[in-house]
Parts: sequence; structure tokens; C-alpha cells
Amino acid sequence: MEKARPLWANPLQFVFACISYAVGLGNVWRFPYLCQMYGGGSFLVPYIIMLILEGMPLLYLELAVGQRMRQGSIGAWRTISPYLSGVGVASVVVSFFLSMYYNVINAWAFWYIFHSFQDPLPWSVCPLNANRTGYNEECEKASSTQYFWYRKTLNISPSIQENGGVQWEPALCLILAWLVVYLCILRGTESTGKVVYFTASLPYCVLIIYLVRGLTLHGATNGLAYMFTPKVLAGGRILTARLEQLANPKAWINAATQIFFSLGLGFGSLIAFASYNEPSNNCQKHAIIVSLINSATSIFASIVTFSIYGFKATFNYENCLNKVILLLTNSFDLEDGFLTPSNLEQVKSYLASTYPSQYGEVLPQIKNCSLEAELDTAVQGTGLAFIVYTEAIKNMEVSQLWSVLYFFMLLMLGIGSMLGNTAAILTPLTDSKAITKHLPKEAISGLVCLISCAVGMVFTMEAGNYWFDIFNDYAATLSLLLIVLVETIAVCYVYGLRRFEGDLQSMTGRSLNWYWKIMWAGVSPLLIISLLLFYLSDYILTGTLQYQAWDASQGQLVTKDYPVYALVFIGLLVASATMCIPLAALGTFVMRRLKRGDAAPVA
Amino acid sequence: MLWLLFLLVTTSHAELCKPDAENAFKVRLSIKTALGDQSYTWDTNEEYLFRAMVAFSMRKVPNREATEISHVLLCNVTQRVSFWFVVTDPSKNHTLPAVEVQSAIRMNRNRINNAFLLNDQTLEFLKIPATLAPPTDSAVPVWIIIFGVVFCIVIVAITLLILSGIRQRRRKSKGLPEVEDAEDKCETPITVENGIPCDPLDTKEVHLNEAFVPEGERLTPL
Repeated sequence: MEKARPLWANPLQFVFACISYAVGLGNVWRFPYLCQMYGGGSFLVPYIIMLILEGMPLLYLELAVGQRMRQGSIGAWRTISPYLSGVGVASVVVSFFLSMYYNVINAWAFWYIFHSFQDPLPWSVCPLNANRTGYNEECEKASSTQYFWYRKTLNISPSIQENGGVQWEPALCLILAWLVVYLCILRGTESTGKVVYFTASLPYCVLIIYLVRGLTLHGATNGLAYMFTPKVLAGGRILTARLEQLANPKAWINAATQIFFSLGLGFGSLIAFASYNEPSNNCQKHAIIVSLINSATSIFASIVTFSIYGFKATFNYENCLNKVILLLTNSFDLEDGFLTPSNLEQVKSYLASTYPSQYGEVLPQIKNCSLEAELDTAVQGTGLAFIVYTEAIKNMEVSQLWSVLYFFMLLMLGIGSMLGNTAAILTPLTDSKAITKHLPKEAISGLVCLISCAVGMVFTMEAGNYWFDIFNDYAATLSLLLIVLVETIAVCYVYGLRRFEGDLQSMTGRSLNWYWKIMWAGVSPLLIISLLLFYLSDYILTGTLQYQAWDASQGQLVTKDYPVYALVFIGLLVASATMCIPLAALGTFVMRRLKRGDAAPVA
Repeated sequence: MLWLLFLLVTTSHAELCKPDAENAFKVRLSIKTALGDQSYTWDTNEEYLFRAMVAFSMRKVPNREATEISHVLLCNVTQRVSFWFVVTDPSKNHTLPAVEVQSAIRMNRNRINNAFLLNDQTLEFLKIPATLAPPTDSAVPVWIIIFGVVFCIVIVAITLLILSGIRQRRRKSKGLPEVEDAEDKCETPITVENGIPCDPLDTKEVHLNEAFVPEGERLTPL
């Protein structure tokens, strides 16, 4: 007697769930950075090629496996081969790591939303110092947005060794973030299916609003032009944003990595979502749709980001010019309003020739204002979202509205991805009859949320952001590549490609295109192996791992080495997920030997 | 004789007020930056007003109530507009100590700014730091209020969902004490209506299709 499995109310919910999961923060804060680093428009070439060679086939594979096996990741891989249940366990472990640290980002988004209802925005002005004669020193050295992020939000300590205590404000926001996630996953697909309508579509509304606003901002065209035009390297050699970057292997590797992680392969979330599908669902069409929408969103988001970059860079450039003008006006007692950006250079040379000694005194303070230098500050990750964007927002009119919209969008993106992550953990748990016999679904979800929240309190400590970076950089990268590699090999060679093809045909009624067969059996595994080799060699060659620490006295980031216990922890992170695969295989092997009832001990 | 006296007075004035003189302060105005089209020209009348404001500030200092406008001397007015000023004592031979002048100006900075329609940034007294406005701090930080509202909404929603889930389960188990608790939402309407286990119907097409439910109702009595 087969227990009825909950289903999506309609296929649209499934597509929205996948889109909401795949379109996450990486589309907004990693892709624009990569675009900028690897030649702007020409980065799209390796990106699209990798999408076709690697993204779509692997996405289709995971969805097909989930839909066919109709179980979460552990059960699905156990069905494929009992020795490979470790793949499922590894997926759950990695998902657990991810959900622990990812929700902290949602907590930060909440924090910023709650602080956006003030005039002026708290990150637009520096607080005063003790005797109210000037501004806070740390804030002066850095900028007000950096100060608000590093001091008011994180209250970051100077290094990872200094732990500090749990900060109650981010802790409260983290608890709220977990409560919201719990609310969304409480009833399983019934509640998740309705929530994903919002988490998938609202970010697009905000992005469109921002696109319109961004393109009408003063200086936005500077940013867009920068993204698409050739860049001049040191020495005057022009780097054609067309041919030369294509020859750079790093561009291809980063394109492959970005596609891979952006789609969220290997976590088991896609398998979990697809397992709630009707068996006759056309997951090939959905796989293509989801991957195309994911990439299109990345490109769309980078257009928005670059127009915002352009605005911020132009604003800072004009500010810099105004400061120089003020300095010269004050030093030479020129008439107020005489100096303008257009006649600045003329007047400077006139002053240099007429009052050489006085000009010489002022010269060290005159900064060389360069729009290029402002645009060149490529940032990714939390730095982009919480520092660069907030700096641009504070200069817009009605900045409270733009701030709320922006962080609300980040929140929707983050919660959408969290739904996928928690589904990856909960689906195997609720599939297991042993657990569901004792606990109702709500209690299991509640327990998972509670444990993740409790562990997540580590990230609200003063050194929490450093631990966050450790998780962000190492918890998922290598493990996922290995997991997906084993998945592809398992389906093609252990389960058998022909057998899987037959299953799909009987399930959906459509035959498998030769393109997918070639990709699954040959091209995609080769790509993943080359990515793995690259990552491993990169780690080995770099030697000791380093991190960026915030130095309050200088008001900027400094590079430091990880202490030994942090390195050990990183090793444990990677090992705990990857070791599941061989350990589970070994365990199954041993259990089978024992079950065969041999009196002789296992050799 | 009178001419000699006049010369003496002007030179002594010149001695008292000159750039970097003892107890002298430099003032800098950025009228065009502040007022744009509505800016006024700086002329001797504006200088007179300035001297009046400084004298006014000094008169508020204890022991200096006798300060007159003529005690305030201006010199080196540039196009910027910037100039130096000193405040002399009634004898017009010595300048008042810088500390006194500084504290007097600081106390009345707001009045002086307003007289010229300027602010702390556009009317600068070099070497006299402005007292920056304290940030407006409400008793309860705004963010806690919004946090509290969202928090309560979420808690209420969770409680409602959990309670309705418990109620649904209780209704199901009352209707079918022997059937195992299934987490499928689609089963509930069918079992409650019929009171007969319909697992054989549930294997694949659990998706609630209205066309099938009345069909099931018709079939089950058989």
C-alpha cells in the first residue's frame, strides 16, 4: 500500500519553486562582479556556452531523478544503488550547512529593512564623537555605509580569534528570519507552493522598478558604458573586451562555476521539489525554462547593478571634484563660485604658474579625481549588497522607499533559496517512516529550524562574519562538485543510461533527446572533473588560506592568516560532506556482508 | 597734529587686526554656494552687520557688557569672501583674549548664522569648531517597533497554521480511526465525506480533480 505523496497543486507552482530557489542572491551580487572582472559583455559568451553544456543537462538530470524516484535525495540515490545512499546523505549535510549560514543574510536584510524607516537613513550620516565637535573617528576613516555595516550591524571584532559575545540585535533578526522560514515550510508543499508565487515574482517587480529608476539616474550611462567598452590596461595596452578575455581560462572556469552554483545543483533541493511532481510532468521543458530564466535574471540584474554603479561612481567623482574646488577656493581666496569643474584644469595651471610656492603647499592635498577609478571598485558578495548599494541608495531622492524596496527584494530572494534548502533537508526526513511515525511533519520542521537557528547564533557573535565567510567559501564548493560528479556517473553508468531512458519514456511518454545523452554521459562529467582539478590545484598552490579582517583604527580591510583551528574546521567542513559518500558505500557493503549470514567474520 | 593722531589710530588698528595676529580669527563665507540665485553682495553694510553680531555676542559675556560695534575690527577682506577680525577692549589698545571671543561666538553661533541666512558650513570661523547638532533619538529605537510588529504577525500566523493542522488531523482521525495518519491534504475531503477508506483510489491520481470526486461518491456504496 503506497502512501500518497503530497503534490504541487499545479505545475506552475513547481516551476515557480525552482525559479525561486535558483534565482538567489548570487544572481544579484556575484554575476555583475564576474561580468566586470572578465570583460563585461564578452563574459556572456563563456557564460551561455557553459549554460548549454553544463547547466541545462545537469538541471534536467536532477529534476528527472527526483521525478522518477519520487523521494528525497537519500531515498532517491538509495534506489539507484544502495551503495550510493551516501550521495544523498552528503547532499543533506551540505544543505544543512548552507541553511545554517544562509539565513543570516536574511537576518541582515531584515535589520536593514527595519532601519530604513528613519530620516535620514542611519547609514547616510556618521554619528558624532564624544564631545560633539566632529564625527566618530572610525566613521571618518571609512565611510558612513561601511561604518554602519561593520560597526552597527556586525559589530565586528578585529580578528577571528576574538569571539566577543552574541549580539542581541542580529540574534533577534535571525530568530525572526527562522520563524518566517518555518511559517513558509510548515505545511509542506501546501504552504510552500503558495509562498513561492511571491518569492519568485516579487523580486522581478522590484528589479524592473530599479531598472527604470537606475537608468534615469544621473551618471547611469557611465556605468553601462564601462561594462560594455574596452578597458585600458596599465601601459596603455587596450584590452579588447571581445577576443582577449575569451582566451583567459579563468573566465571560462568562473563562468562554469557560476552556472553550477547559481542553479543550486547537488543540494538535493531540486530532487526534493521534483519528487512532488506528477510522474507525467514534462520536466525537460521545465529544466530549460528554469535555467534560461536564471541566466536571464543574472544578466538583467547586472544591468541594474551597473547603472547603480555608474550613478554612485559619478556622484563620488563629482564630490571629489567639489572638494578639490573648495580646497583651492579657500587656499587662494578666490571668489566663491568662480571655480567650476569645466575650468578647473585651466585655473590649476594658472595658479601653479602664478603662485608656485603656495600651490606647492596645497598640492599634496589635491586628490586626482578619476571616474575610472571609482568605477573600478569591483565588489561582490555582502560588500556589494550592504555597502555599495546602500551608498548609492542614500543619494537617491526618497531614499527610504528605495531602501525598503531593495532589501525587501533581497529578502524574497533569500527566503526563496531557503525554502529550497530546507526542502532538501526535510524531504528525506519526512520520507523516512521511522521518523514520521513518532513526530508530525510540523514538529520535524520545527526541530530542524530550531537546531539551525541555535547553531546560527555563532554568526551573530562579533567574529561571526569571519565564520560566515568560512562557511560561504568552503562549506559547499568542493563537496558539491564531487556530489554532482558522482550523481552523473551513478545515473549514467551505475543505474544505466538506457535503463534511465526507458524509465523516463514510460513516465513522461517522451523519448530522450540524443543531446541529453551525450551531455550526461560525456561532456558534463568531464567539465566537472576539470573544475574539481582546478579548485584543488588552486587550494594547494595558494598555500595558507587567508581572510579579510576589518581594522577599526585604519577604517579598512586587512588580510590575515587563518589560525590553525580555523583551518582544521575548514578541513572538517569539506570532509564531513565528502566522506559521507565512501563511508555510506562501505557501510552498506559491510551490512550486506553481515546480512548474508556468514558465520565467518568480514575479511 | 590731528593728522598725526589719525595716522596713529589707523596704524594701531592695523597692528591689532592683521592676518595671524594675536587673538584674531579668520572668517569665510560661501554666500553663492548657500543661496545661489538669491545671494547678496558682500559690502560694507554687511560688514557692519557682522561687527554688530560679534559685538552682540561679546555683550553676553559677563564683564564684557560694554562692548561696542566700534570695538570690532575687520581687515583683509577678500573676494572669497573672507576676512580677519579682532575684538578690542574699550581702550582700543589691546585685543580681547581669543578664548573669550571663541566661547562667545560658539554660544551665539545660531543667531549669527541666521542673520546672514547661512549655516555652519557656509559661514566658517576657522579655529572655532561648531557644536554639531545632536542626533534626534527617540525613546524607543524605531526599528524595534517595526520588528515587534512583524514578529507578532509571524507568531500569530504560525500559531494559526499549527492549530488548523492539529484540528484537521483530529477530524481525520475521528472519521477513520483505523487508517494510518497520512499527511496528504487531498485525502481529507474524500474520507470525511464517505467514511470509507479509499486508499485503493489514492495511489497516483490524488490530485483533486472535481470530475472524479462525485464519481467516487457514486461508486463507493457499491
